[in-house]
Amino acid sequence: MRRIVLWFASTAVVLMLLAGYHTSFSGALTPGTSTSVYSAGVLAAPQTSKSSTSSTSSTTSNSSAGGNASGGASVSGGASTTSTITGDTVQTRWGPVQVEVSVAGSKITGVSVLQYPDTNPTDAQINGYALPILVDETMTAQSANIDMVSGATYTSTGYQQSLQSALDQAGR
Amino acid sequence: MSQVRRTPWRDVVQVMGLPISVALRGRHAGDDVALTAWARVQADLHAVDAMFSRYRDDSWVSLFNSGHADVADAPAEVREVLTLAEAARSASDGAFDVRRPGVDGRTLLDTDGVVKGWAVQRAARHLIALDDTDVCLGGGGDLVCWTAEAESAPWQIGIEDPHDPGSIVARVPITRGAVATSSAAHRGTHIVDARTGRPPQHIASVTVLAPDLVTADVDATAAFAQGAAALRWLRSRPGRGGLIVWGDGSVETV
Repeated sequence: MRRIVLWFASTAVVLMLLAGYHTSFSGALTPGTSTSVYSAGVLAAPQTSKSSTSSTSSTTSNSSAGGNASGGASVSGGASTTSTITGDTVQTRWGPVQVEVSVAGSKITGVSVLQYPDTNPTDAQINGYALPILVDETMTAQSANIDMVSGATYTSTGYQQSLQSALDQAGR
Repeated sequence: MSQVRRTPWRDVVQVMGLPISVALRGRHAGDDVALTAWARVQADLHAVDAMFSRYRDDSWVSLFNSGHADVADAPAEVREVLTLAEAARSASDGAFDVRRPGVDGRTLLDTDGVVKGWAVQRAARHLIALDDTDVCLGGGGDLVCWTAEAESAPWQIGIEDPHDPGSIVARVPITRGAVATSSAAHRGTHIVDARTGRPPQHIASVTVLAPDLVTADVDATAAFAQGAAALRWLRSRPGRGGLIVWGDGSVETV
């Protein structure tokens, strides 16, 4: 388990950067604006690292380097103290997000979410993103003017028989 | 639908063991500028494959699994993927996990559940950069959609019927966003609930719509792994849409 903890030591800082990133999503259906700030609560875009606090970054990378020096999986010296690092509160469309990381010696021992958006699915804003999914058992790709198909992960053989393959061939 | 639909330019290549399909509409559809961008997409995906493939002995993941690489020294791309994986594990209460128990007590990595969506979304930037050009890029059934103008005619995305992969169960219009589907079709049951090690029951496929493919792909896999609890879990995730096809063929939207 120590190794597992260490794996994320050098990357956990990204977890703290819970700034939403801007993507517009079917703009025509979005009330008010075609661009939304999006946050999944825990999935953060790594390129948002500019919003990190410098103290957070340096502490985390130090702990990572310490892990290297002590040989990764081995237990480092007995003088470990546990400290916690609290990230900035980041405002997202869905509400404030804040994360805290606990560090013992050279290891990150825990990541906890202090604040996260209200995920009540009846929230009007969230429903504003619902796309018009047209479910129709009699629909065919031809009648629906389909451009692309989302389906199971194709292997090369599965792909040969797939609708996507037919679309790809039709366009060449 | 009175407007005339322009037929997109299309191509398909095999990278990472997956068919990578592209459709372009607009100014650069099929021209030399687009072909250069499309070549960059393929180069990107080949580089990702060289780093994450479990079928190549010299990939970082294979070196890690054979005890010859350490996360502390991993390339930035690996750290990024592992961070996304950890976030997904946490959000799914452990149903989704890239870590597998090895025979000797060591932990092995299988990052496929995160890498595909991440790689396709990342590679799509070369095409999205094309002026006045609409883009739809698919990797093994997961899609990134983009229109140059937010109010352009959306891409029409068909959702494959997991019980009859030659037909569709639904259609979704998307201008800018991503679609990912997890299913037992085509490859057999390859997703397991990491908590039980067993494939989920009573569920045929999960499709997730999200602003980006990293989110859509991970959430589709994490939801599918949870079986009967998939719909309730997806509805608790903000900013997602989607649909679930159950084992009995019934369809529910998120």
